[in-house]
Amino acid sequence: MIRTLLKSRETVLGAAILVLILAIASRFPAFVTPSNLANVFNDTAPLIILALGQMVVILTRCIDLSVAANLALTGMVVAMLNTVMPGLPVPVILVIAVCLGALMGLLNGLLVWKLDIPPIVVTLGTMTIYRGIIFLISGGEWINAHEMSDTFKAFPREVVLGLPLLSWVAIFVVTGFAVLIGRTPLGRAFFAVGGNPHAAVYTGINVGLTQCAAYVLSGALAGLTGYLWVARYAVAYVDIAAGFELEVVAACVIGGISIAGGIGSVGGALLGALFLGIVKNALPVINISPFWQLAISGSAIIIAVAFNATSNRTRGRVILKKAEHAS
Amino acid sequence: MSLASTDSPAMGRHLPDRLKSPLQRFLVSWELLLLGVAVAVFILNSFASPYFLDPWNLSDATFNFTEKAMIAFAMALLIISGEIDLSVASIIALASTAMGFAVQMGADTPVLVLIGLFVGLACGAFNGALVTGIGLPSIVVTIGTMSLFRGISYIVLGDKAYTGYPSSFAFFGQGYVWWVISFEFVLFALLAVVFAVILHRTNFGRAVYVVGNNPVGALFSGIRVPRVKFALFLLTGLMSGVAAICLTSRLGATRPSIAFGWELEVVTMVVLGGVNILGGSGSIPGVVIAAFVMGMVTFGFGLLNVPGIVMSIFIGLLLIAVIALPRVVRQLMAKRKA
Repeated sequence: MIRTLLKSRETVLGAAILVLILAIASRFPAFVTPSNLANVFNDTAPLIILALGQMVVILTRCIDLSVAANLALTGMVVAMLNTVMPGLPVPVILVIAVCLGALMGLLNGLLVWKLDIPPIVVTLGTMTIYRGIIFLISGGEWINAHEMSDTFKAFPREVVLGLPLLSWVAIFVVTGFAVLIGRTPLGRAFFAVGGNPHAAVYTGINVGLTQCAAYVLSGALAGLTGYLWVARYAVAYVDIAAGFELEVVAACVIGGISIAGGIGSVGGALLGALFLGIVKNALPVINISPFWQLAISGSAIIIAVAFNATSNRTRGRVILKKAEHAS
Repeated sequence: MSLASTDSPAMGRHLPDRLKSPLQRFLVSWELLLLGVAVAVFILNSFASPYFLDPWNLSDATFNFTEKAMIAFAMALLIISGEIDLSVASIIALASTAMGFAVQMGADTPVLVLIGLFVGLACGAFNGALVTGIGLPSIVVTIGTMSLFRGISYIVLGDKAYTGYPSSFAFFGQGYVWWVISFEFVLFALLAVVFAVILHRTNFGRAVYVVGNNPVGALFSGIRVPRVKFALFLLTGLMSGVAAICLTSRLGATRPSIAFGWELEVVTMVVLGGVNILGGSGSIPGVVIAAFVMGMVTFGFGLLNVPGIVMSIFIGLLLIAVIALPRVVRQLMAKRKA
């Protein structure tokens, strides 16, 4: 029990994060005050939410590169809706955001499922399409803080039990996913489809439908984050969260979710996102230019995927190592 | 293992007793369909804008695709072999940054060219070593190096830019060989021929197809699969270096955001050219025509004052549509048979 715990990727990653925090704390104790750590968590909340959605997609051997564009489009739509109808209550906006996001996820999923187009092509395509649609509907204009209603902007910042609602949403999504992944047939199907699609078919799982469901989940979470993002930063324009999809994939890869599908955990995705979030927030504290962040997350992806590959390799007898990799 | 590699029904191959004649094959080929699209785009454009048919305008239009197409040729080989490189645009950024740095050190044009090519090769070698040496999936590796390479540019440059390239360096991106024929266009045409010969007329090209169709079979038939893939990563890196030289020379400045998002356009170009994204099939003539189609569409839209982001919607739709179309047709055909 203890030995498996020590070997698990989550423990290693958790330890790495702890070492990172301690290293920063030794020089800059202000970084580890509870209020600052809560800030870091709140700042990382969108990444955590999106990483969980991305995780189920990657589990089923797909990838969703359209999450950031989906987020931006949903954010723009709800922001425009808010300028037209300032009286619209926040729960309705939340429902609209989630549904719109899910719809865009469904489009990805249907293209992958019904037309059998490789996931990376579908989502590369929809990424540019969604991003372009933002320009079409907004005409390239910004929607600024003074055009949004106060209740619209207040929701993610509302403090409940010491944490902003944005953080609570992330915690809620993490718990929800822990249950979904660990306790439901759908959660098991995600692993089965990614682990061995052929065997999954024989056990009565509809592979395409499961992949489509993963995309809908990922899209719904992107939509939800879209509203939270726009409301938190109180601005919506074409390029919000540009390139964020790579950070999301990076969080998953760092969290030990195998890009080949079938391997991963909610804890891993959470820790992967937290790792990136801490690095991002620590850079200005330790006086390193924020321009370093891109290179650091790139190196983290490469190191993490190399680490995952070497720890996976010990499993089973490797007879034709290279041929296996090649296929 | 072999079961797992034939995931989609599209991968199942039926080998007929005899092949159809080359003419018959050409008549139903992707390349002919694409050529039709290219001609249609050309004609539509010349009706849509009176400025389109001006030789200098057309010459300008070629700059829309020559640099991307140079990378696309190498990328086509890489995708045929079953791998992908999403870091090409970042390699351009890094190579361009290195050249800009060298200019500040007082380097002259020949040195700059060597530096550009070397950085491209080094980046390709880095990708190739990670993919073939450690056996990592190329898509994750190159998503990582995409951040890493551009990240290094950002570290070096921050929000600044390198300028002050020597005037002789401007020839690569702004020079004309004869009348309206630019140096870049000549280079593009030469490279197209070189890559077509490599892919369609050499043992190496044959090996690329074999590796993409059946890596295990390739290994058993004596092809050094990792070496072929490593060579292709090197080639893609090198071509990104060449594109970096042309683009830097054309812009005359280096910012870390140079060539941002080009990886998508290069992959779109390759896929539009009829290369199977899952590997195993595709041709260089297809990629050449696809380059023309994309260049003409972008240029035509530009003349009609369509903003760039709307063009990117079109490119995204194009990417999905070209892949979906044959699949939809095949599904309809299967239904009719049943």
